[in-house]
Amino acid sequence: MAELMYWEAIRRAHDEELAADPNVIVMGEDVGLVGGTYKATSGLYQKYGAERVIDTPISENSFTGIGIGAAMAGLRPIVEIMSINFALLALDVLINAAAKIRYMSGGRVQVPFVMRTPGGTAHQLAAQHSARLARLFMSTSGLRVVTPRSPLDAYGMLRSAVRCNDPVIFIEHERMYNLKEDVPDKEFFRPLEGAEIVRKGTDITLIGYNFSFHLCMQAAEKLAKDGISAEVIDLRSLKPLDRETIRRSVEKTHRVLVAEEDEASVGVGSEVMATVIEECFFALDAQPVRVYAADVPVPYAANLEKVAIPDVDDVYRGALKVMGRI
Amino acid sequence: MIFYRRFEERAFEAYMEHKIGGFLHLYIGQEAVATGVLEMARPGHDWVITGYRDHIHAIKTGAPAREVMAELYGKETGSSRGRGGSMHIFDPTVHFMGGYALVGQPFPLAAGLALAAKYRKTDQIAICFLGDGANNQGTFHETMNMASLWKLPVLFVCENNLYAIGTRINRSTAVVDQYKRACAYDMPASQHDGMDIEVVMEAAKKAIDHVRGGHGPYFIEYLTYRLRGHSMSDKTAAYRSKEEEQQWAQRDPIRIYGDKLKSRGTLDDAGIKAIEQSVHDEIENDVVKFAEESPEPRVEDLNKYVLDDNPDPRWIGPLQNTYE
Repeated sequence: MAELMYWEAIRRAHDEELAADPNVIVMGEDVGLVGGTYKATSGLYQKYGAERVIDTPISENSFTGIGIGAAMAGLRPIVEIMSINFALLALDVLINAAAKIRYMSGGRVQVPFVMRTPGGTAHQLAAQHSARLARLFMSTSGLRVVTPRSPLDAYGMLRSAVRCNDPVIFIEHERMYNLKEDVPDKEFFRPLEGAEIVRKGTDITLIGYNFSFHLCMQAAEKLAKDGISAEVIDLRSLKPLDRETIRRSVEKTHRVLVAEEDEASVGVGSEVMATVIEECFFALDAQPVRVYAADVPVPYAANLEKVAIPDVDDVYRGALKVMGRI
Repeated sequence: MIFYRRFEERAFEAYMEHKIGGFLHLYIGQEAVATGVLEMARPGHDWVITGYRDHIHAIKTGAPAREVMAELYGKETGSSRGRGGSMHIFDPTVHFMGGYALVGQPFPLAAGLALAAKYRKTDQIAICFLGDGANNQGTFHETMNMASLWKLPVLFVCENNLYAIGTRINRSTAVVDQYKRACAYDMPASQHDGMDIEVVMEAAKKAIDHVRGGHGPYFIEYLTYRLRGHSMSDKTAAYRSKEEEQQWAQRDPIRIYGDKLKSRGTLDDAGIKAIEQSVHDEIENDVVKFAEESPEPRVEDLNKYVLDDNPDPRWIGPLQNTYE
């Protein structure tokens, strides 16, 4: 058992998958010699060589496409995109190719491909480095979209993602890279599907993913002091979405809040809420609430950035509203 | 080439009978390029990938013609089980890795196939067929750069048929000679007549030897012409003259090669007629019959093939919640 930071857990998963399977390669801008913008691949170039840990030019659509082509030939590439904003340049090859090749080949060609990327708001990175675009990938059939919340999760899910025969979009978060957690020394895999009830409760269900999960957990602690027992669900996988766990929790607590850092319009929260309305409308005792980012590009100024995205207090107050306390 | 010509004429007829739907982009006129290049490659061993004008590339690579026709018919026996259609023929058993309808998208995929071959130290190469229109996409430039930088075993085959849909090359492209664009990426390149299959083969052999020899990528341009429109709805009159079409029809690759064989005494008119008849019979009695008689996909299988149908539960889940 060792306490690892989130980026260290990802680095370890890379290291062990590279060691376990010669088909695994890593590609991206500065992933090799430099070791990755967030250090997630540090030392791997020195250990596995330039043929397996490949520094690419700044050409997202095409180096992602090269990863996808290599996956079609049976390699298992992990492509790092430095910020989810830059994944927009690769949307064609991700959405039109990776997501559809299995289907449009009648299941004859598979694409065991992983794209890792941070997708959040942090440190005044401003609009073009702070997009939250999980919803784009969530709305695409043929992709798996996961948002590991902790070092343990990130380690186990990256190992699973590399071994999965589908294209996986692995969304990290700039503010999670330094989270610490004990990770067992033994190898293990965390399934890529299934939401997880991380905290049990009886009065309200708080649903989050990526960094907003942590806001939900902290809000749950505050709510406990008010005598409110909050259940907290980490969605973990946005596609496929585990509607069953959402339904069962809401049928137990009868109240629900969804928190996300992404913009609200046609987002993850709207999908979750649609699920709640469709599947457990009559179990609801109160109007559900969504907590989400302001519908603006993320501003640079620290004070504006702070109010543009939800914090613990927003989730806490949202929950109080669901509970009829405010 | 006669077989390929008849295959596509027959697809045209089936389209007019509403047995084939969607878009149908015929290769009529360009047959010498795919035929000649793949004749010099190792079909079934090398990787082959192309754009949406893909039927003949697939068949020449080794995909059964009856399965390609069944795919056009949207049948379960089709190359892509009826999920792909004309523009998305796949046959991984012969390493034909698809036709793609996003112009320029195959460039990086081809480089990825080549990367895998190089990494595994096989002597496979990747052959990427695309039209001149694709070269104006960013993927062309990005991929040329990486393929050259990393010395990937990939052969880019530019089928310059002068038109990007209905826009003539001089109206869309600053440098009309496509092979010249490769020099920006320090990649060897050459330009050849794409209507004379012997010229195509000779040039392809040199290019393939270069790539297979570990010297990195090669860009080869063939000047060719599609004798029909871009797709079935395109009548061509809006953008090119009858005179131009007639001039190119004189350079029909089947006619050029037929005339050569006749002048050498290898074949006479009766011999050509006999080939045409046998091709006609094979296409009617095998290819079309198979497509017509094959079953449609089952509607119950609509969701099949979206994700891995048989995933390993260790990494796919579902996550066990100890939920009471």
